[in-house]
Amino acid sequence: MDALLTAAFVSSLLTGAIVAGIPLLLAGLGEQMSEKAGVLNIGIEGMMLFGAYLGFLTAWSTESIWMGFLGGVGGGMLVAALMALLCVRLGLNQIVIGIGLTLGAEGLTSLLHHFQFSRTYPRLPSPDRLDLPILTDLPVIGPSLFGRHPLVYLALALVIVLAWAYRHSNLGLTLRAAGEKPAALDVAGGHVTLLRTVAVLFTGAMAGLGGAYMANVGAGLFIPFMTGGAGFIGIVLAMLARGRPVWVLLGALIFGAALSLTTALQVAGSNVPTDVIQMLPFAAVMLVLVVWSRKARLPAALGQPYERGAR
Amino acid sequence: MSLSEAQADVAPPEVPGRRNAQLGRFAVLTLGPVVAAVFTSALILLAFGVNPVTYYGFVVQRGLFSGLGLEQTLTRMAPLLFLAAGLIVSFRAGIWNLGVDGQFLLGAVAAAALAPALLGVVPGWLMLLAGFAVAGLVGAVWSVLPALLRAYQGVNEIITTLMMTFLGISLANVLVKLVFLDPGTTVPQTRTIPVADRLPRLFDSTISSGLIWAVAAVLLVHLVMTRTALGLKLRTVGANPHAAAHAGLSVPRLTVLVFAASAGFAGLAGASELLGVNGNVRADWNPAYGLMVIPLVFLARFHGVGSIVFIFFYSALLIGSESAARRVGVPQDFTLVLVATLLIFLGLAEWLDKRRRKERA
Repeated sequence: MDALLTAAFVSSLLTGAIVAGIPLLLAGLGEQMSEKAGVLNIGIEGMMLFGAYLGFLTAWSTESIWMGFLGGVGGGMLVAALMALLCVRLGLNQIVIGIGLTLGAEGLTSLLHHFQFSRTYPRLPSPDRLDLPILTDLPVIGPSLFGRHPLVYLALALVIVLAWAYRHSNLGLTLRAAGEKPAALDVAGGHVTLLRTVAVLFTGAMAGLGGAYMANVGAGLFIPFMTGGAGFIGIVLAMLARGRPVWVLLGALIFGAALSLTTALQVAGSNVPTDVIQMLPFAAVMLVLVVWSRKARLPAALGQPYERGAR
Repeated sequence: MSLSEAQADVAPPEVPGRRNAQLGRFAVLTLGPVVAAVFTSALILLAFGVNPVTYYGFVVQRGLFSGLGLEQTLTRMAPLLFLAAGLIVSFRAGIWNLGVDGQFLLGAVAAAALAPALLGVVPGWLMLLAGFAVAGLVGAVWSVLPALLRAYQGVNEIITTLMMTFLGISLANVLVKLVFLDPGTTVPQTRTIPVADRLPRLFDSTISSGLIWAVAAVLLVHLVMTRTALGLKLRTVGANPHAAAHAGLSVPRLTVLVFAASAGFAGLAGASELLGVNGNVRADWNPAYGLMVIPLVFLARFHGVGSIVFIFFYSALLIGSESAARRVGVPQDFTLVLVATLLIFLGLAEWLDKRRRKERA
């Protein structure tokens, strides 16, 4: 077991936790806002995947990774706009449409990739990093924690901004009203539909950005179906975090570490089968749900479309 | 789509003169989305520079009108129908079992582990029966945790079943690679059941007789859910759990029962694919039928016979598009696009119908 504690292992585990955790964090933060507003966003997996595809394509054709992120945001919002139109404006079943959008994004990106690149997978140049002075020079943990892509720090800043906004601004309260008792918000002069639309679009932007990070920074290429359930993990993170962005961050890092444990263990020379490791995060979620399920609480109007005047 | 609406379709009132209106509604709600989805997907094909007429023509020709293709289509229906049976139970009872893929795979692995061991020890029919039984049981067991969490703690089952399906897919791989692998082969896979010992084939064709059991399962589920007291209880729980509790029904117990039945059928689906078609489970095998059957069951509005019809056409699409991937050069993932547009148009048709009825009222 000594091998597990080597510097190489720790460093690759930390790196993995961040590289795999950031997309989960972004997806989780996005989903959290949707859920607060009362929209269960099952389509987030599709938003991530479309963001990954469009983000990669933009980065590849403009040769700018930041344009790529912008493309990812756009891609995610495109799918989210469809979701907002169908589920918020028209009030269609959120689960049916969510599954539909995910399947559609999977099929469409696979087709697009096939007709553009056939069986090749072009690579992006490795992204630039923002090395924080001094901190990066720390042994073992320095390069992993403090020598990351700038987007990582932006995502962390977003956690703080959202935590503050939910707690201290009007936004937090109105969002909660839209998710708990939309009719009350409506009577009080709030715009339930508008608020929910914005929340869903924000989810799409975050999920798309997470997907683009996955493709552009994490992998450096786009592969069909590459999100592999990350969006669904984002949904779980949002549900477990009970409305607190900091908990989403914590969960994302734990999931990220578990997802990348395989690589880290290979670095350490251990050969535990990858499938066993891949079970860990999901087993952990089930365990958490079993132990703390009484405390898991969801907004009262989650998943229910709001229609003015309807009972 | 709400459950009560779907159930209203089960027994349409026999009022003369309303038949035309009923037919019109059926056209809008069922044929409308299908036509719109096929047309929209054709536009997408066109955008990729593929002639949709050629593509659809090839798919129909290969999946429906060639002898072997039709046999493959009918064989492919068996696991899809078992899955549909499970989904009908859970959806009618208002429970979103989205974890059928994990239950399916673990069922298949369980049957793959047990059946070869029984080969030659017990009569062939008993081996097949045991394979189905263990698969159904394992599928059901895999839903116990989500069931208990939902029944007694009110934890949303969408999340728990999705988690269990990811867990199940990995566990199935672990079992195939480490526990039940066939020492005689280099690729990790379970021991192969000889073709002669699998489910018998129908007549002189290659159609697996799993089809018959699967059709029977769907019809049985349909009758139980629409014509028996148990079905009424389950539908009441689905429509309004509070009302059901007031009526004296044990909602938690019925919830657990629904999960077990739904997941059990998913396990049987795995067994029918294994004992009828594949004969073994390879590592990393996951056909992911689950998410695809959900739209079809919705399209049929949880109706058994309707589900059978839609699954027949979908099965033909799957078989046809598999060949089309090689011959016309369109990846099979195109079927995902088709199903996705189908779901979206289904929702839209539902919305149109609701609005029209409201205007009339």
